This record gives sequence, structure tokens and C-alpha cells, in this order.
Amino acid sequence: MTTITQGIYFDNNATTMVAPEVVEAMLPYFTEQFGNPSSIHQFGNRVGQALKQARVQVQTLLGAEHDSEIVFTSCGTESDSTAILSALRVQPERREIITTVVEHPAVLALCEQLEKEGYTVHYLPVDDRGRLDLDAYGRLLSERVAIVSVMWANNETGTLFPVERMAEMAKAAGVLFHTDAVQAVGKVPIDLKHTAIDMLSLSGHKLHAPKGIGVLYLRRNTRFRPLLRGGHQERGRRAGTENSAAIVALGKACDMALEYMEHEQTSVRALRDRLEQGLIAAVPHCFVTGDTDNRLPNTANIAFEYIEGEAILLLLNKLGIAASSGSACTSGSLEPSHVMRAMGIPYTAAHGTIRFSLSRYNTAEEVERVIEAVPPIVAQLRKLSPYWGVDGPVEEPEKAFAPAYA
Amino acid sequence: MWEYSEKVQEHFFSPRNAGAVKDANATGEVGSLSCGDALRLTLKVDPATETILDAGFQTFGCGSAIASSSALTEIIKGLTLDQALQVSNQDIADYLDGLPPEKMHCSVMGREALQAAVANYRGEEWKDDHEEGALVCKCFAVDEKLIENTIRANGLSTVEEVVNYTKAGGGCSACHEGVEEILNRVLGESGKHFAPTAGTTPLPVKAGRPRLTTVERIRRIEAVLDSVRPTLQRDHGDVELVDVDGRQVYVKMRGACAGCQMAAVTLEGIQERIVEALGEFVRVIPAEARPRTQEPERACA
Repeated sequence: MTTITQGIYFDNNATTMVAPEVVEAMLPYFTEQFGNPSSIHQFGNRVGQALKQARVQVQTLLGAEHDSEIVFTSCGTESDSTAILSALRVQPERREIITTVVEHPAVLALCEQLEKEGYTVHYLPVDDRGRLDLDAYGRLLSERVAIVSVMWANNETGTLFPVERMAEMAKAAGVLFHTDAVQAVGKVPIDLKHTAIDMLSLSGHKLHAPKGIGVLYLRRNTRFRPLLRGGHQERGRRAGTENSAAIVALGKACDMALEYMEHEQTSVRALRDRLEQGLIAAVPHCFVTGDTDNRLPNTANIAFEYIEGEAILLLLNKLGIAASSGSACTSGSLEPSHVMRAMGIPYTAAHGTIRFSLSRYNTAEEVERVIEAVPPIVAQLRKLSPYWGVDGPVEEPEKAFAPAYA
Repeated sequence: MWEYSEKVQEHFFSPRNAGAVKDANATGEVGSLSCGDALRLTLKVDPATETILDAGFQTFGCGSAIASSSALTEIIKGLTLDQALQVSNQDIADYLDGLPPEKMHCSVMGREALQAAVANYRGEEWKDDHEEGALVCKCFAVDEKLIENTIRANGLSTVEEVVNYTKAGGGCSACHEGVEEILNRVLGESGKHFAPTAGTTPLPVKAGRPRLTTVERIRRIEAVLDSVRPTLQRDHGDVELVDVDGRQVYVKMRGACAGCQMAAVTLEGIQERIVEALGEFVRVIPAEARPRTQEPERACA
């Protein structure tokens, strides 16, 4: 398997390298296969055939019953918006939405906007390991609820939500169920035909396909209203000329994801576990966040206490190591990650959370190099920290250093 | 990744004066843990001269917070306390060759740590007087709190006014939705509503620059031409205003200037001065290039 030649890329939940095989599959669709799949002539028809194949490849990875349940979109965000807005439009009398506090902004920001427009949004809280309370969820389900939208896996901690069970509960209550599965697809086995999930979003660039391609899975017979109207593409459910090269690429990427599913669950998981154990052993005062027993195989989120994440990332970057952080500074907001806050992680730790997310292109050697690189960086920054003494945090750190203005 | 200047990176990767100063006699602790940056500044001050002999920082924060702390200590070492108090957050940012708008608050934190440390040395109580909100305008680094307070203090009710008073929204205009929301919220406190006028925000009229009448514009243009005329005449040339049509200013080059190879350069220079005199953009065009539909005789000024 090819390895990344420059630097160590441990930020695969942000985006992934397009697999070389995927690039190869898509390239002809920029050149000789340029036809519009809607055209009747051979130029269009050949592309139309390729899209048909890609649709089946996506269907297979998702375990969908019919290939017509696959609607190609431009990205995960478009799929999320399409799903939620459609559910509201087909049931104008239902004015409530259920989601979670730890969703991706693609869902959260839309829900906040819908609140401004008069909808009631219920945000399910999580416990200190990022888990939902299903009883509380069950109590919220009612005929006033238009849609439940719950992510399959959390992008920051990798924590998996019991979406299959939650979809059953929604179905029993007569409520539509959508899941944002952009982090889960390709990393955990999915078999939609045996679930009660009505709609699912996925994003190509999270599974080694290019950016700019997404899918909305739409279970047959689910009442639907398109976000974009226009041509008859995607059976009128998503107008706009198809991004054929990217669709072909996504099909190939889905094929490969299926092929490497076992690898993801075993080898990538082993790399992640080694990385996590290595770091926890080498660095004092750090801990893993999220539901460690029930999460994506590729994600490790570690809180390094008393230091700030962006500073860690800058020093890692200097060594060619790429990861991401839940600190306020990296999010461009004033608060650290809403996911960390929702789990009640204290500020002194939340700002120092680093997410390492691996892929099948990472190696054991890279893991060892990161295990070696991190401890001195943490030590260097702690030396600068007002919360850190000589070789440990100052006594009662939050009291010893209490800056003016909160 | 943020666009950090070389200087910011340098001060982050190799911070100066890190750690607490030994025998410090002044300490300032400021910051906001929720925002993820906090700074303890320790100073050793010479009691006789009030000169800062040594300065050290301990910072919990991002790259620019650490760089700003490092810069601050470098700037103030050797200054007297009174001199040091003159250091503004902009001085800290300038010392680092600028900070991204989202990170300007790091330099504010530096200045405040200094004020707190001086107050501590003098036995005074230092109180922070600034509130910080989420950044709204990225072009001019204006946060929510400042916009809210300015709306309340001045009874503002339109996006245009907010642009005029705070600069927020005066650049790319992408934050206008956010500004409208703040207006709506603040106006709602007193039972009022934000009432947008149309699909676009009217461009703010620059204060002190009222719109000129056509006669005033022509007078100013003539004044500019008069001022360059002696130079042209020295080279046996001249220039004459032919017409002003909106943003088009038509002139005729006379004498040696007509057909001179440098005419284009001359016109460019004239244009620059007219633009400055009018406070608006105009194009200076040779009268020969005027559209045929107009009758040349009628247009003489």
C-alpha cells in the first residue's frame, strides 16, 4: 500500500487523501468521457452507464435495498440540509426537531436557524463519555416531531451513537429519522436495508474520494421535497448536471472501502490503540475523551491538560505531523469545542484536546514517530503555562492562577 | 492554518523571557480560561527609577498568545512604568508584523497584563473594562460586544449606521446577516424592530465628503489643471478641459503636449490629482477618444 510521502497525516476525519486507484478511475471523465449523462448520444450514454455503476457501488457499501435510494449531492452538508428541510416541508404541521448537542455544524447551524424561524429544536445532551440517554430521547418523540437527526459517529471523539436503535424508536413513534454518517461510512459496516433509517448523509472526501461529492440515502417511499429543483437529474430529487467524475470516483472509493473494511476494523484500530496507549504512557496528565468502548476504529481524541491545542498543533506541524484540536483558537470561536464542553471536560483540558484520526494509509512507523514527538512538545508548552509547576501542575491550579476577567 | 507572520512564528517557536522572573515585585494575571488564553506577567521593577529591569511571562494559550506575550516582554524591558503604560495592543501587534483579526485579542491581553502588573506594583486595584464577544466582522476585527454597546449608546438602527460607527461590515459585507441579527436583538430590547430598507445595504456616505455639485466638480478639476499648467507650458504645451460626463473627464492636450509620447503619463498624473481633489474615482480621457454621438462644440467648458 502506498504511504504518504511528505509528513505524517493523522487528520483523516477532516479529509482524506484521494486513493490513487480512485484518481485513476475518475480521470477519463474529465477528458474523453466528458458527455452529459442526460444526453441521448453515445457521449452521454457512456457516462450515464458509469453513473449507474457508481450508484450500485454506493448502494452496496450502504447495504441499501435499491440503487434508486442513492441521491448524489455536492457534499455532506447539502445532504443534511436536504434531509431536514424536506422533512419539514412534507409535514408542515410538525414543528419540532430532535438532534444532539454534539452534532456537526452542518446540522447544528441549520437547526439554530430553524429555531429563529419558529421551530422547536430538542438538543439531546451527552454524559461525560459522550453517550446519549435513550430514555430521554424516547420521551421527546411525539407526533409534533418532524424529524430526528442524529450523527452515526462523532467527528471529534469517534463516539458511535446507537442510530439503528434510535431509528426503530422513531419509526415506532411515526417520526422520520435521518443520520449524518459522514464519519461512519467506510469505517464501520452499514446495512441500511435492515434498519429503520429513512435518510442518511455521506461525504466522499471522508473515504478517499474527492471533495465536492456527497450522497443522500433516501429510503424508498419516504416522502420527499427536493432542495434544488430544475432538471430531472437524480429522478428530479436533486436537479443540476451530475458531477460525473466525482460520482465515478465515489463509486470506486466505496468499492475500496468495502474491500478494506476488515483492515479498518483490525489494522487501523490496532494502530490507533498503539498510538493512544503510547501517548497516555509517555505523557502525564492527559486522558482520552469520548466513549472508548464504542467508537470509530481510527479516532483517538486526547486531552493534554494545562496547555492549548493550537500551540500543540503548530509545534507538531513543524515536525510534519498533522492533527486537529478542539481548542477555541482552532475553531475560530471564543469557546472550545462544543463536543468537549457538552461532555463537561474542564476548560483547562478542553482547550488542549488533540484529535488524531488515522486511515489505511498510515503505518506503524508513523505511529511510533508521533509517540516520540508529542511528549517533548507537551513538556515545552507546559513550561510556559501558568498552571504548571516544576514537574507537575501547580497545587489547585484553578485557584493558584485565577486571572482577572472571566 | 492561521496566516501568522514570520515574526509571530519566530516568537512562538523561540519565545523570549518565558517563565516567572525571580524576585519579581509586580505580577499581572489576566485572560479568559473559557476563551483559551490566560497570561501571568511578572516584572522586576527598580524601586528608585521605576524602570522595568526584567519581565517574564507564563501563558496558557495559542501560538499568537505566546508570541504576543513574548513580544510584550521584549518591548517593555528597560522602560519605566509610565513609558510601559503607553504601549498599546497595536504596538504589540505591530512589533509582530501584525496579527490575524481573530487574534488581535491576544495583543489586548498583553496590554492588559501589563496594566494589571503595574497596578499590582503600585498597590492599586486593576479592573478590566473590556468585554469580549464573538468576532463578527473579520475585515476590521470587530466583535459582537462592541457592536451591541455601540448600537445601544448611539441608538443605531441600520446596518449602514453600524458600519459608520464601528466599521463592522464596511469591508466584504459577509457579516451583514450577523449585524442585522444583533440590530434585531438590541432593538428588540426596547420593543423596536430592525427594518431593512431594501435588498442591499446603502453604502455609507463618507463623513466630511458631501456630494459635489457639477459646478463644484468642474471648478475643482479646473483648479487641478491650473496647477499643472505652468509645468506643461514650460515644455510649450497646455491642457484644456473639454467635458465632464459622470466619471469621464475629457481633456484636450495642446501645443507640444499634443502627440507627445509622454501624453499618457501626463494624463495619468493629472487623473491622480483630480481623483484626489474630487474624493471620487474619475477617468481622464483625451477628448479625441470621446464618443462620436456627442457634439464637440457644445461640450466646451
